[in-house]
Amino acid sequence: MPSLSYLVARLLQIIPTFLLVMIFIFLLVRLLPGDPAIAMAEAKATDAQLEQIRHNLGLDQPLPVQFLVFVKNTLTGELGRSIMLKAPVTEIILARLPTTIFLALYSVVLAIFLAGPLAFLAASRVNTPVDVAIRGVFQLGLSMPVFYIGLLLLTVLAAQLRWFPVGGYGKTFLANLYHLILPALSVALYTSAIILRNLRASLIEVLDADYVQFARAKGLSPRIIMTRHVLRNALVSTVTLLGLSIGNLMSGTLVTETVFAIPGVGRLMLEAIFARDYPLIQGLTLTFAVLVSVVFLLTDVVQSWLDPRLRQS
Amino acid sequence: MTALTQSHSPTRGRIAAFLARAFSRPSFVVGVVILGLSLSLALFPQVFAPYDPLAFDLQAIQQRPSLAHPFGTDNFGRDVLSRVIWAYRVDMQMAFFATIFALLIGITVGAFVGYYGGIADVIFGRCVDAIITFPFLVLVIAIVAVLGPGLVNMYVAITAVNWVYYARLTRAEIMAQKANDYAAAGLVLGYSDRRIIFRHLLPNAISPILVYWMTDMALAILLGSSLGYLGLGAQPPAAEWGVLIAEGRNFLMTAWWMSLMPGIAIVLTGLGFSLVGDALADLLRPKGR
Repeated sequence: MPSLSYLVARLLQIIPTFLLVMIFIFLLVRLLPGDPAIAMAEAKATDAQLEQIRHNLGLDQPLPVQFLVFVKNTLTGELGRSIMLKAPVTEIILARLPTTIFLALYSVVLAIFLAGPLAFLAASRVNTPVDVAIRGVFQLGLSMPVFYIGLLLLTVLAAQLRWFPVGGYGKTFLANLYHLILPALSVALYTSAIILRNLRASLIEVLDADYVQFARAKGLSPRIIMTRHVLRNALVSTVTLLGLSIGNLMSGTLVTETVFAIPGVGRLMLEAIFARDYPLIQGLTLTFAVLVSVVFLLTDVVQSWLDPRLRQS
Repeated sequence: MTALTQSHSPTRGRIAAFLARAFSRPSFVVGVVILGLSLSLALFPQVFAPYDPLAFDLQAIQQRPSLAHPFGTDNFGRDVLSRVIWAYRVDMQMAFFATIFALLIGITVGAFVGYYGGIADVIFGRCVDAIITFPFLVLVIAIVAVLGPGLVNMYVAITAVNWVYYARLTRAEIMAQKANDYAAAGLVLGYSDRRIIFRHLLPNAISPILVYWMTDMALAILLGSSLGYLGLGAQPPAAEWGVLIAEGRNFLMTAWWMSLMPGIAIVLTGLGFSLVGDALADLLRPKGR
C-alpha cells in the first residue's frame, strides 16, 4: 500500500489546482459579456426587479468579496438555487449524480471487457490479419462521435430489432443494467478504442521485455508469467489511461444521456444551458471538476500501489 | 545566391525522400486520398452535389436511398447526399478554425515557458492542471453557454481550452531541444532569445506538434459535430453533419437514412485525418526512442 505521507502530499496538491478551478468558474459567469440578471429575469422585468436579482445574487458587491462568498458557499455545499427547477442546486445535482456515475462505471467495465481480450489477441498475433482487423475496427471506432455510435445502436438494436429499450432508466440494479446497456455501450465502444490501442502497444512491449524472456527461460509456466509479470505491468498503463480518459468518459456520458434521454447530470447540464440557468451551470461545472480530480487522485493511488517505483518520486 | 541554392537542395532532397517513404505506406495514401476528396468537396460542393441542398421537394418526402437519391431524402424532400456534401464546407472549416488559433497561441506560450522556465512555468503548470480537471466537452459547452450558441462562439470556446494541449506539448519539446549543444552555441554566438527560439529550437521541435494538429483536426470534427448535434454549434438551417443527424433524430424509425448517412462523412473524414496523422507520427519518430 502507498504510504500515508504520499497520500497526504498528493491530497495537498489538489488545493492550488482547485483554487484555480474555482476562480475560473467564478469568472466564467461574471466577466464574460452579458448580464446574468437580465438573462435570468423575465422579459418585462423592471429596473427595480433587476436590481433585486443582482442583490440576491450578490452581484452588487465588489468582485473580491463576491469571490470569497462564492468560495465559502462552495465549501459548505451551498450552490444557490436553480432558476429553471426552483430548488437548491446541491439537491438537484445529488439526486441526478448516481445515474451518471452508474452509467460511467458501467461503460468502463464494458470497455475493459471489450478492449482487454482483444488487445491480448492482437498483441499475441502482431501484424497477422487478426491484429490488422482488430486495429482497423477500433480505428473506425475512434473516428465516430459518441452520439453517432449511440444513434446507430439505437436504430439497429432498439428500434429495428427491438432487443433493448429505446431509453429510460430502471428502478432496480438489474433493471438499470438492462436499460442502460445501449448508452453504456456507446461510451464503451469509444473508450475501448482508446484503451485497446495503448494496451496492445504496452503488451507487445512487456511480452518482449527482458524479464519476461528470463521468466520463460527459467521455465515458469505461461500462466504464471501472464498473471505475475505481463498482466500486472499491462494493468499499470491501463489504469493510467483509464484515469486520464475520465474527462472523455464524462464528455461521453453527457452526450449519451442526451441521445438516450437519461436523467443524469450530463443532460441536466444541457437543459441548464438552454434555460440560461447560471447557478445550475456553475454548480454542474464544479461537480464535473470534482469528479475528475477525485478520479485523478484515485488513479495516482492505484498506480503507486501497482507500481512501487512511482512511490519514491 | 549560390549559397542559397546549395542550402536548399539537401532540404528538398530530404523532403522528397520523406514523401517517398510516406507514400510507400498504404495507410498514408488512403488518408491523403480521403482528405484530398474531402477538401475538393468542401471547396466545390456545387460541382459535386446532384441537387440544391435547400430546395424542398414535397413530391419526394423521406424517400429511401435510391439511384436518384443515393442517401435518400429528408422530411422536406431535400436530397440528403447534397446536404452532406454541402456540409463538408462547414465541417472542414471547423477542423481548421477550431484548431489553428489554439495551435498558434499554444506554440507561442509553450515556447515561452519552455525556454524561460521559472515562475511563468510554475503558473503555467498550475493552469494546465486546473484546465485538464474539467472534461473537455463540459468546459467547452460551459463557455458556449455563456457566449451563446453558434459557430464563431464555438471556435472561441474550443480555442480557449484547446491551446493548453498545444502549449503543454510545445513546452516539453522546447525543453528537450534546449538541452542540446546547438542551443548553447546560439547563446554563445550572442543570438537573441527570439532568434534562438523561433529559428533554432522551434523548427526542431515542430514535427510532433504538427502531427498532433492532424489528429486534433479529427477531434475537432468529432467535437464540432457533437456540439452541432446538441444544438450548441452550427445552427440550422446551415448544413453541418451534427445538425443533419439531429434533424433526423425524430425519424429514426421511419427514415433512418436522414441520421445515419451524414455520420458516414464524419467517420470517413475523421479516419482520413487520423490515418495521415498516425503515419506521420510513425515516420517522424526518432529511431531508438
